[in-house]
This record gives sequence, structure tokens and C-alpha cells, in this order.
Amino acid sequence: MRYLPLSDTDRADMRARVGVSDINEIFVDIPESARLDGLLDLPLHQSEFAVERDMARMAAKNVAASSVPFFVGAGAYKHHVPASVDHLIQRSEFLTSYTPYQPEVTQGTLQYLFEFQTQVAALTGMEVANASMYDGSTATAEAVLMAHRVTRRNKAVLSGGLHPQYRSVAEGLSEMAGDRVVSLAADPLGAEDILAAIDDETSCVVVQSPNFYGQLVDLKPIADKAHAHGALLIAVFTEVVSLGLIEPPGAQGADIVVGEGQSIGNGLNFGGPYVGLFATRQKFIRQMPGRLCGETVDANGKRGYVLTLSTREQHIRRDKATSNICTNSGLCCLAFTIHMTLLGGNGLATLARINHASAVKLKAVLEEVPGVSVLNDTFFNEFTVKLPKPAAGVIEELAKRGVLGGVPVSRLEPGQAELEPLLLVAASEVNSDEDRAAFAAALKEVLA
Amino acid sequence: MSMNTQGRPSAPTEAGGTAAHETFTGNKALQMEEALIFEIGRNDVCGVDLEEPEDFTPALGGHARRAELDLPALTEPEAMRHYVRLSSKNYAIDAGLYPLGSCTMKHNPRLNEKMARLPGFADVHPLQPRSTVTGAVEMIAELAHWLVTLTGMEAVAMSPKAGAHGELCGMMAIKAAHTAAGRDPKVVLVPESAHGTNPATAALLGYKVVSIEAREDGTVDTRAVQDRIAEHAGNIAGIMLTNPNTCGLFERDIIAIAEAIHAADGYFYCDGANFNAIVGKARPGDLGVDAMHINLHKTFSTPHGGGGPGSGPVVLSERLAPFAPLPFLRKGANGPEWIESAAELLDGEQPFGRMTAFHGQMGMYVRALAYMKSHGADGLRQASEDAVLNANYVRVGLEDLMSLPFGSRWCMHEVLFDDSFLKDTGVTTLDFAKAMIDEGYHPMTMYFPLVVHGAMLIEPTESESRAALDLFIATMRDLVMSAQRGETGRFKGAPFHAPRARLDETRAARKPVLKWERPAASEVQPQAAE
Repeated sequence: MRYLPLSDTDRADMRARVGVSDINEIFVDIPESARLDGLLDLPLHQSEFAVERDMARMAAKNVAASSVPFFVGAGAYKHHVPASVDHLIQRSEFLTSYTPYQPEVTQGTLQYLFEFQTQVAALTGMEVANASMYDGSTATAEAVLMAHRVTRRNKAVLSGGLHPQYRSVAEGLSEMAGDRVVSLAADPLGAEDILAAIDDETSCVVVQSPNFYGQLVDLKPIADKAHAHGALLIAVFTEVVSLGLIEPPGAQGADIVVGEGQSIGNGLNFGGPYVGLFATRQKFIRQMPGRLCGETVDANGKRGYVLTLSTREQHIRRDKATSNICTNSGLCCLAFTIHMTLLGGNGLATLARINHASAVKLKAVLEEVPGVSVLNDTFFNEFTVKLPKPAAGVIEELAKRGVLGGVPVSRLEPGQAELEPLLLVAASEVNSDEDRAAFAAALKEVLA
Repeated sequence: MSMNTQGRPSAPTEAGGTAAHETFTGNKALQMEEALIFEIGRNDVCGVDLEEPEDFTPALGGHARRAELDLPALTEPEAMRHYVRLSSKNYAIDAGLYPLGSCTMKHNPRLNEKMARLPGFADVHPLQPRSTVTGAVEMIAELAHWLVTLTGMEAVAMSPKAGAHGELCGMMAIKAAHTAAGRDPKVVLVPESAHGTNPATAALLGYKVVSIEAREDGTVDTRAVQDRIAEHAGNIAGIMLTNPNTCGLFERDIIAIAEAIHAADGYFYCDGANFNAIVGKARPGDLGVDAMHINLHKTFSTPHGGGGPGSGPVVLSERLAPFAPLPFLRKGANGPEWIESAAELLDGEQPFGRMTAFHGQMGMYVRALAYMKSHGADGLRQASEDAVLNANYVRVGLEDLMSLPFGSRWCMHEVLFDDSFLKDTGVTTLDFAKAMIDEGYHPMTMYFPLVVHGAMLIEPTESESRAALDLFIATMRDLVMSAQRGETGRFKGAPFHAPRARLDETRAARKPVLKWERPAASEVQPQAAE
């Protein structure tokens, strides 16, 4: 077996050295009734070539985003990632290293985490950021738990513009933890009155902008109302590129900012692994979940970095920890920070303008299709269109015509008749005029 | 004797001058100092070519960013150099033996990386039309089949994003099952030797954590479990037990413990972090386990990546399978079906909710399945046997000099020493570990598990050759004898040859500096004229 360095001779010699003639003598503590004699009913080992052929066969059944006009978003976005990013994250020293608990031999990981935290803090307009979470949805759920700790209350208010799966994750964890959640109804028209839902028992208000339907939300009045009642504003985003162009949540009064960082540096990967971003105010750092990297000096006075404030974490605090989290998003976080470094602030702003322009063009093209209307009055690179028939069937018909034309709202908010005609469409720098024309032509055909 | 391109001979005997001097740059040949991107980047360069869009009418309402985003950029050659230099400051499996106990730092096959990058897996959106992702669902279903077969369990919840997330998922399933039965027990039993994530997870869900002490041989005593159950009669939600445990020992009373928990209407959560020891040797389903997470980044070789991303699918018993969170796999008449929402449920399916948006760690699934297919049923069993043989080989090679807290007995995939062999030497476990760095080894897991004083937990994995183990053993023996001879200079202040000496963690925590701040103009020191 190509991954196992011991030869049969080695094994025999080592068994002799250890003092057994049969390896099973070492497994003697396994209860006899549970010991497996033969092999399990699974295929035997395969060559690299055979595995490759088998995996490629399954991969070939899927339609890759780059191979078609592609407008699917709703929390994960197709962007171009520079070739150098994927090359660098495959450096052995990054790829095959563990969590940097031994800082003398992991300064590489620690320094990029420190750089990552600085970038995320700047992007979100916040004072501090952690070294990443699993993804945007789990970051949101953790932010709610953190708000409960900070306010010593346990009632969260979730906007109807929050990504429905983010809402499910936060609801599930909160309910299991014995906390209360008030989730407002799905809000495609931006009509909800979230201010009315905030009271003196509220620990936090969770608002997404651009929201699930693509609409930009003015966070300032929500922050003001929340603060007046002693509650926190948790601002959520699923498209981090938007922060290149729109006012960051930190400048609008958010207390915790969480979101999905996949768009920068990371591919679609059918939903994971992604990278959750988490930022807050300096005064809350001891209530933050997840890893934090901090600057210090070594015994010779040289600048260096370490994981810090670990007394919040499970391996020290056990049942008193702020979170049970043990992992961050390591390589995805590295991919994010490399791509962000290549872009810089000005590059991200340009990329964001290209994305916004692409969406503005797409809106114009789709509005010319008979029966199609756009709900949004504001948007960044994604918006909601209303079709004359259920969107779920339409996207499958579009797929038959070689266009991946968005996400039916009903896939994430099933069982609500008024949402069935709604389709979320996303645009980015990868869409060409030809892609948009193909989308409009196919849609016209399907709706005819 | 080697010749350079001018044909001039170069020989070590010609070296003159002193070896130890401070270099002008602070670099030491291949060991380069590297500034932060904020110190070397500029706001007027870009590492990506982007064309400004033609004039258009924005639709941002009043939400446009007011202040420019002040983050510098590096061009591609500068970025390559920055990150390559950073990478050279990291220890890695590919560079050397990485004996972190409980972390399973095995080889990460590069075929897995290549497979994960196939466009049909890497460039597929989680919400694109279902008809365009049938191969993705097929791949997940095949991985699920391997996982339930290897563990002897009924079903698997694929979506948890890491081991601790898997623990949370398993415990949420247990809580949901109790709720569905109209029960609300409050106590979770956790042995003292458990990973910190176990009590943290139980506490997160509002459970009271009741500790179970280990008996003298390092394993959990059925009687201690029964005593705790009796003390909290009628109030037991379950037990969280790691097996093999964090002392590297197989819990031999596991079936009796499972029966005791089941008799008390509790569930048995098994922390699967150490599954690498027993793949193909025993199935958790035959041991009475109700839920167990599998760290794909440990047992099934997906890269640790400096701390993530992980992946922690949770296998479930028949009793817990109905509570698996969305999305889950249903065994349909025409093959596996991927169930995403409450609208698709059949009678009896009671998912407790959702652990994450989308479908979990697809990129990690692909790597793990490529690993499994490469090994096959035979290779996976061989890998576990080799991992266990290697650990015992290290144990036998060191047990006369280092101290085994539970006596000389078989260990599983990792061997636990305590620090009594360092008594009166003036060298601590930490000093000893840091001296290993100078010898070119990453330290073992230290001060964990907590049940042993000055714990040193060594897990060599199956990826090490006999020669590599022999050198490691010889090095460890040399270090032990050196400590016992009183040569504290080699340990105090170690490492001496790493990119950094010991770092001041107290200072970092006392006044946390968590990001780079632009120095105020008054603080910028003029460059001293040389």
C-alpha cells in the first residue's frame, strides 16, 4: 500500500521487538464479542489511477459553474480566484501543519492569522476580528450566543431578511441551549418592522445586509433602537465583496459583524469548506468565540505572534468555555487573506464596482423578458425577480438549456405560496454580455 | 569535493571567520525575516488586473461606502515571496515526524488534493439545480456508505464542519430524542480524561457535566459509572466517552458501560477522535455506541491546514437516526436521496434542525473518500494495525527511561508518558518539548490528558517508517539522559534554533494586540544614518 512505509519484514521485526507474534495480541482489550475477524464488506485497495478514474466519473456528472452562464448565489458566489492563491495554500508547510500551539515553529500560520484579523477588522469597520469560524451560518449562531453572554439576556430577534439556513442554524442552537428566538416572517419586499420587535428583554437583533433578497438595509436606526434597549446589533453578510462598495456595518453601529468570506479566495465546493468572518468591539473580546492571534515578543525581544486569550477556550475552560469550538477554517482563511492581499483595499473596491455593474446590466436584460419584474430598489450583486410561474420548475428548464439561472426562494423557504414565483439571481465579474444574453433568451423561451 | 560553476573548489575546510554574528538583515541564510503586509504593501499597486466598469447608474441607494478601504496590496511576485517566506517558518508533516497525541498527524496524500480540485466537485454551487449535481450526491452517499460500514452504525449526519461541531450535532440529536420521548434529563457524564470539547459541548446545551474519575489503570470503571448514575437516577441524558481514550488505552469495559447508560435511559456518545486505532478491528456499533463523530482530518487524512478546515460527520444508531439534522441522506427506492428541507420529510423523520448552511464540507468529503478508496477495507485495517504497532514500538523503545503512568501495557495508536522521569532534573515537560524542536521534531501533546502529571502523549501514526521511528526513539533517549545528567542548558530557554525563541504569552494576553495599527506619525522613528 503506497501510503504505508512499513514492509512485512519491518512489521515482523517490530512485533518481535514489542513482544507479540500476532498483531491481534495488542488489541486484546477490545471485548471479544466485538472483535472483527475478517474484512468488512467494502472494496479492496486501489491504485492512484483507479481511484482517479472512479472519482472523475462522479465529478463528470455535475455541471461546473465555469462551464455555463452562471447566476447562482444565495450565500455562495462564483468569483475568479487568482492561480497563485491555490498554489500557495498547497505549500506543505501550510497544508500539513497543525494548529499553531507551538509558536516557535508556527510563526508562518500565526503571522497570516494576524494579518487576516487586521484585514477583516478593516473590511467590517470593527475594532477586532477573530481567526475565523467554520462559515457564515455558524458564525451567526455563535454571535447570538455571544450576545446572550454580553447582555445576560437570552432573547434574539432575527430579521426576515436573514438567509433562511442561517436562521435555521441560529434557531436550532438557541432553542437547544434553552434560549428564545423571535424570527420575523420572510421579507422579500423589505417591509418588516424590526424596530417594533426590539424590547427590554432583547439580547440582540440579527440583520443581514445585503439581505437574503439582495436588498441593502440601513443598519443605523436598528442599531440605535437596539442600543436604547440595551441590546446588541449583529450585522450579517453573505457576500463579502459587497464591503468593497457599501458602508461597513461597523460604521453603522453594529456590535458584532459576522459573515461568509467564501467569495474571496475560495471556490464554491458545493457548500464547503468556507470561511466564517467574525468581528466585534474591543471591549467584548473576552466574550468572543474562536481563536485569536496576538502580537508579542520572544525571549530575544523579536516580534512574534501567539494564540492568545485561550482562557476563553474549551481546552482550558472546559464546561466554562465561551464556545466548544476547537477548529477554525485554516486554509480557507489563508486563501482569503492571500486573495485579499493581492487585491488590497482599492482592488476590492474595483472588484465590487465590477460586480455591481454586472448586476445592474443583468437587471436591465432580465427586465426586458416579458412577465419578469425585479423586486429590489437597491442591491449589490444579487436581486430577486418575480416570475409568472413557480421558480423551481423554471430553473430546471433553464438548466436543460445550459443556463444555471439562480436559486428559487422556495428551495430555502418551502411551503409559502407567495414566495414560489421568486427567483434569486446573482451576478459577478465572471459574467459576460453573452452569458446575460443567453440567460435572457433561455428565460424568455421557458416563460413563453 | 564539489565544484562551483567557475570550477573553483569549495570545501568546508576553507571556511574562515566566525560562525556566530548578527547579520545585517536579521536573516539567517534560508531563514528569512518577513514584515507584515501592512508594512511592505502599498495602496497604489494591485496583484489582480481589474478593468474599471464603464459608467453605469448604481443601485446602492444611500449605502455607498464613505471612507476608502485602507488596506495595502502586494503584486503577485511580492505576494509569492511573502507567503513562501512565512511558510518556511512552519513545521509540517511533510517536513518531519509530528507526534501530536490525539491529533493523528498522518500523511496527507496529494491524490486527495487533486480530486478535490476536479471542477465537478470544486466548481459546483450548493444550490444549483439538483439535476446538475447528481454526481455530488452520489459521492456523498458513497462516503456515507463507507462511514456507516466501518462503524457498524445505522446512519450518518454528514454536515458538521469539524470534530467539535460533530459532538454538538450528536448531543443535539440525543437531546432531541429525549425531548421526543417526553423526557428532560439534565446530566451528562464525562470522564476526567476527556477532550475539553466534550464538557464544553454538553455545557453549551445546558447540561450539567458530572465528572467520572479514572481508575488506576487509566480507564473508566463500570462501577464508577453506575455510582454516578445512581446519584443522578432518572436524570441521566448520556455519557461522552472517548475510545480508545486519551491515555491511548482501549476502554475494555465499554460494553458494560454502554449497557449501564442504556438501562438508565441515557445515550452513549463516543468521541471518535481516536478512531484511527481501530478501523477494521472493531465497530463502534458493536460496542453500544449511539453517536460518534469522525474527524475526517484525523482518521481519513484530510489536511489539518494549520487548524482547519475540519470535517466531523456523526454516525448514529438506529434510535438516533430519525433525529439527524438537515440535510440528510434517505435510502430511496431509486438510490440515495438528499433531503434538504422540512417540506420533504416522511413520517418518522424528525430532524432537530440544521448544523450549517448548505451541505457540509464537500471538499473534505472528496479527500476522505479518495483516501478510503485508495486503502480499501484491507489497507484501512492495515493502517490501524501499523499505527498501533508504531506506537507500541515507541513505547517499548522508551519505557525503560521515561515513565508510563499506568505501567507497561499495550497501548493503542498513542502512548502516554508522565513527567516523573524528569523529577529533580530541573527540566519541565515544557522544557523537554521545546528541546525536541531543536532536534527537528514537533513536540508531542503536552499536559493533556489532565489525569496525568506533566503528560506527554505521543502518536506517531502509521505514516512513519521504522527508520524514522528508530531515529526518533534515539533522539528522545538522548534528551532524557541529557536531562537526567543535569544538562539543563539544553532545555532551559529552548528552542535555540527555531525561527523564534520562546514567546511571551503572558504579555500577549495581558494587553492583547490583535491587529496591526498604523503607527501615529509621532511614533515613526527616522531611519538612523549608518
